[in-house]
Amino acid sequence: MSGSDSELEVLGGQMKDRIRNVLGRSLAIREVDAGSCNACEVEVNALTNPIYDIERFGLHIVASPRHADAILVTGPVTRNMERGLVQSYNAMAEPRMVIAMGVCAIGGGLFRECYACHKGVGEVVPVDVYIPGCPPRPQAIIQGIMVALDKWQQRK
Amino acid sequence: MNRMILSELVEDLPPVLRTGIRWELQDDGSLTIDVGEEALPGIVDHIQKKYHSWLISEHALDLRPKGGEFQLIVLLGLPKVTVPVIIRANVDIYASSFHSLTPSVPAANWFEREISDTFGLTPNGHPDQRPLVLYDDWPYGTYPLRKDFDPSRPVPRVPSEYPFRKVEGEGVFEIPVGPVHAGVIEPGHFRFSVAGEPIINLEIRMGYTHRGVEKLSESLPYHRGVPLAERISGDNGFTHALAYCQAVESLAGCAVPDRALFIRTILSEMERLYCHMGDVGGIALDTAFGTGAQMAYILRERLMQLNDQVTGSRFLRSASCLGGVRCDIPVDSKKDIQRTLLQVKLDFDDFVTTIKNMPSFLDRVETTGVLTLENARSLNVVGPVGRGSGIDRDVRRDHPYAAYDQISFQVPVYREGDVWARTRVKIDEVYESIGIIEQALDKLPSGELCVPLGEAPEGRTGLSLTETHRGECMHWLMAGKGQPYRHKVRDASFLNWPAIELAVLGNIVPDFPLVNKSFNLSYAGNDL
Ligand code: SF4
Repeated sequence: MSGSDSELEVLGGQMKDRIRNVLGRSLAIREVDAGSCNACEVEVNALTNPIYDIERFGLHIVASPRHADAILVTGPVTRNMERGLVQSYNAMAEPRMVIAMGVCAIGGGLFRECYACHKGVGEVVPVDVYIPGCPPRPQAIIQGIMVALDKWQQRK
Repeated sequence: MNRMILSELVEDLPPVLRTGIRWELQDDGSLTIDVGEEALPGIVDHIQKKYHSWLISEHALDLRPKGGEFQLIVLLGLPKVTVPVIIRANVDIYASSFHSLTPSVPAANWFEREISDTFGLTPNGHPDQRPLVLYDDWPYGTYPLRKDFDPSRPVPRVPSEYPFRKVEGEGVFEIPVGPVHAGVIEPGHFRFSVAGEPIINLEIRMGYTHRGVEKLSESLPYHRGVPLAERISGDNGFTHALAYCQAVESLAGCAVPDRALFIRTILSEMERLYCHMGDVGGIALDTAFGTGAQMAYILRERLMQLNDQVTGSRFLRSASCLGGVRCDIPVDSKKDIQRTLLQVKLDFDDFVTTIKNMPSFLDRVETTGVLTLENARSLNVVGPVGRGSGIDRDVRRDHPYAAYDQISFQVPVYREGDVWARTRVKIDEVYESIGIIEQALDKLPSGELCVPLGEAPEGRTGLSLTETHRGECMHWLMAGKGQPYRHKVRDASFLNWPAIELAVLGNIVPDFPLVNKSFNLSYAGNDL
């Protein structure tokens, strides 16, 4: 909500500090849609609008998994996107992270029992962090990314 | 009016086409014609030529568990008639093939390929027999929408390769793009053949987000179909859910209270507003006019926050239910909406003036990605894309639902068919939407929000059309025991995608994102 602009500043500031500690400068993320309904994408795009403007906190959405430290995956992983997801994962340089965003990506969501879908991203590539919501709000995505960074720190 | 035109239509059929058909005018005024499968192309072609009909949907049904055969349903829309013509034809179980409509009705192309994939019925005479939604590695002889298919059983993969159209010649090369794109968009594959800069062929491959929505819906009780419908295509989830609710309500003969009808209208327009705002912003962005784009994105965010304030969801989720709505618009929400829209309108004026006076922007959008009226008609292109190419149709006016019949609004139409025409349609629609919401808020009657659905008798069919921000969206249902026996969904994108292949011809590759953005189609809604 716009009333909590300062809240966003605080949240973003925390993320920025973590990014500096863990990665030095910025975190590059590639988004992979593995069969989402597109609302999750709308929220990822919202992060880059002038209200949230996450680039100022050091989070950069990049064009290729080759440039990415992490992939943010949405959707239950459809049969037809399985290959695309695996290839994107393999294209990332180590160390890398996988963040599953939205209930579809977590466990298949409504599409759990479908012939054309997996039951979430975890069935296809190893997941480090899950972000709940359908779709998760922009603030929740930032929170989730912070959890991912903390995990990264522990791994180091 | 409906009855007159429709009974005349049947009586006018030439004797060769009339033999062996049965027809009936239904209570709601629609016309049902039962024909032999071999007569289908002739009749559809005749109606198309004589009455300028368009194809709303062509889909199949598996009636074998009921002791029947396969059935094809063709839904045609007619000018000046508010109800569709429904043509049904049985398809023999053993032959498992039918006469294709595509040679005379190009819009049937993808519908028939989909039927072939999901029902295993072959369209004889169809020029393109490649798979559409199920990939080449899908095993032969497994058809998910047949009733004997068990969705819980894993389906093995069989290796094979998709044959893309080959364009050859000196200096011709191919650019494959996707399914994972550079931007944050949905997955789809675009294969360009170019000679120098201009595109000489584009082939679009969809299906990456095929999740099996229709099969899933056929196993869920009606009320659980509502959240599913909201997730068919996320950004027009409300209008999809509304179409589904209306279809179920028509099965059960449920009369939705007035207040709910008005709230449905308001929420539908709030959805259109935030989506159109994103579209026009995206068009500005793709012409490299970043500042303009951000002006629109700020408004989009503000509108999504308004959605959140009013319904508790930035995407208006969970606001719909069978028999009415689940969320009220009390006086303070009304004030919030009025206040926000007033401000949005002023800021949007600024945005529009800015882009209209920017030669470098206009230079990119004018005469770019032209979709001719003729092509748009033959593919039955719908929504703002159709209206940008001169097709004057809008479900809200032509087949009024919710409270649209009690509200006055204009349907903007432009004839140029280029990116700028589509942009102007969307800009005008933003103002119309604001007007619709203002009127609906003023007229908002008091009363109940929701009534019990009642019984949906088995075997009955229901059709519902709504106008999403992408165009006409259709949900067709046949009732089963407390759940749909068959649920056919057709998003506007399914009709509009093939038109992009034509609109980009002769344009340069860097203009493709711009043309694509001006169509702004849903991948998830297309693939289901
Ligand atoms: S989690 Fe929800 S919003 Fe995200 S893709 Fe799935 S259904 Fe859509």
